[in-house]
Amino acid sequence: MKKSNDKIQLVRQSNGIGKYVLIGLVLSWFVVLTMLPVLGIIRETFKSGWQIFVSSLSDSASRHAFMLTFWITLGTIIVNTIFGIVLAVVLVKDHFRGKLLFEGLVDLPFAVSPVVAGFMFIILFGPNGWIGNWFEARQLKIVYAFPGMLVATLFVTLPFVAREVIPVLKEFGLHQEEAAYILGASKWQTFWKVTMPSIKWGLAYGVTLTIARSIGEFGAVLVVSGSIINKTQTATLHIHQEFTDFNYAGAFSAAVVLALISFIILTTMQCVYRRKEVG
Amino acid sequence: MGIIIKNICKRFGDFIAVDNVSFEVKEGELVALLGPSGCGKSTILRIIAGLETPDSGEIFLTGKNVTTLAPQKRKLGFVFQHYALFKHMNVEKNIAFGIEIQKKSKAEIKSKVEKLINLVKLQGYERHYPDQLSGGQRQRVALARALATETKVLLLDEPFGALDAKVRENLSQWLREFHQKLNITSIFVTHDQNEAIEISDKIVVISKGRVAQIGNAKQVYEHPNSKFVASFIGQVNVVDAVVKNGQIFVKGANLELKLPAKKELKNGDIVLLVRPEDVIIKKKGDNTRDLLAIIKRIHYRGNHYEIDCLVNGMELKLIEYKRNVFQDNWKENQKIFLNFRTFRTFQAEEGHQHLHRKLKETGYIE
Repeated sequence: MKKSNDKIQLVRQSNGIGKYVLIGLVLSWFVVLTMLPVLGIIRETFKSGWQIFVSSLSDSASRHAFMLTFWITLGTIIVNTIFGIVLAVVLVKDHFRGKLLFEGLVDLPFAVSPVVAGFMFIILFGPNGWIGNWFEARQLKIVYAFPGMLVATLFVTLPFVAREVIPVLKEFGLHQEEAAYILGASKWQTFWKVTMPSIKWGLAYGVTLTIARSIGEFGAVLVVSGSIINKTQTATLHIHQEFTDFNYAGAFSAAVVLALISFIILTTMQCVYRRKEVG
Repeated sequence: MGIIIKNICKRFGDFIAVDNVSFEVKEGELVALLGPSGCGKSTILRIIAGLETPDSGEIFLTGKNVTTLAPQKRKLGFVFQHYALFKHMNVEKNIAFGIEIQKKSKAEIKSKVEKLINLVKLQGYERHYPDQLSGGQRQRVALARALATETKVLLLDEPFGALDAKVRENLSQWLREFHQKLNITSIFVTHDQNEAIEISDKIVVISKGRVAQIGNAKQVYEHPNSKFVASFIGQVNVVDAVVKNGQIFVKGANLELKLPAKKELKNGDIVLLVRPEDVIIKKKGDNTRDLLAIIKRIHYRGNHYEIDCLVNGMELKLIEYKRNVFQDNWKENQKIFLNFRTFRTFQAEEGHQHLHRKLKETGYIE
């Protein structure tokens, strides 16, 4: 009963001309803001034909940039999925001093500008930084290299998995796990057979957000990487470079590929989100 | 060889949840842990299951000291209050969970699950998920899952708490029969005295983390050892009275009552606890032997009537069968005479007002 009432209330009672004006306004705003730029980019890219699109993507700097984005994203998925789950479990199940403060700090990467975050890592891991010194002495390069870029991406995507898993885990509660213990399941068995299946859609949603953010990350990676062609240039940095070099064809081609990837991610996200809502 | 609980204590911070609790459950017995909410009965059950560690005390299951054993190793069945079924598994998978953990062969698992599904009468629901089942059906899945590992001990936390009255009645009867058939040593937690009286062999009444009384339903109902037990198990009227020279006088009514034979009462204030069904209502009475009362309200309760009446400003609740009410044509504001068939007396050490207030606070009287 309650559910159907809610649904009825969601449908607006007003009818007549006002409704259509409002719908029209919302749709045109949406088209101007999101559809037109995408269409524009596609038009610009293919204006001079397929050949330029293919050749500018198969150029070595561009291929390297996409591969680097791929590896950074992969590393981020692995580390942040595991760490995100552990973080969520600790925040939901364990009680310790300062937990509330800690819970607030989890969102810090959302609040800090990526560029600022990048500078923090330069200060920390740079050749003269506290931790950078130690690595420098061991011939390990962090900043202006893959490790630094990975760490920066890990930082900006840190909250996604934990933030999605925490509410699911809270709702899941303790009783199903306790029931599994009593039936003889070890903690590890219980986690894989009982907890994991219950949080998997929340987790999937968090991971999709993480992927989208890792691929699209610009500011933090720009500062940490130095954007060296064929070395530390990711796809987004490559687009920026091509653009500032007035090589619009190259910039637009790469942008279209990223837009396509975003579209795929968006679609997956919607599917995952529906499944998550269903439970 | 059943369950022995010895001097169990458990605190949560400053709150003493379980205070030196000891009791025994014989093999094959069905015991109710009965008490108001927050009295610690669920904590006791969780301690027996190993889900909480007691601060002190010992637990023996089938002769073995399991106090420090992990829940995985205690080999008992537990039915949670809201069933705690695995939401992402169907009925079959839920029931099979415990046996699959034991790494039994596929064929063995299959035959066992089939047997259990027949036992709890859920044929045709094997592939249903918990959220496609009714409360009663979920309850039965939870029970089958708990029994699948062939446990010798079954613990049930408020097993019928989340069900509506009719389903509850059927299921509790069914559990009783079920228990007789399987003969598993069982403890169930409940706050519902009717449930405890109906289906248990023995009742352990818990109040504020302590054992208030242990006995079968009849002993606990007819011979409560404290005001708490008397007022918690069943409805009860609290009547203020005075003892003078071995005689009981109801306050203001100038009524002499016969003393209960075995108890010697000191002069002073006392309270009488009288069950509503133990009050005899008469149209005509003797002022020296019967209490004069005025009917305040008559409540229809289906198979009986509940009557509120006033005796010198004191409110009493009575239960009468339909026949009597109709025969004598009772109406509100009518004068009647009351006599107590049986009652229990307790010294009112802190004054009857104090007791009244306490019983009201805890919701045992209105």
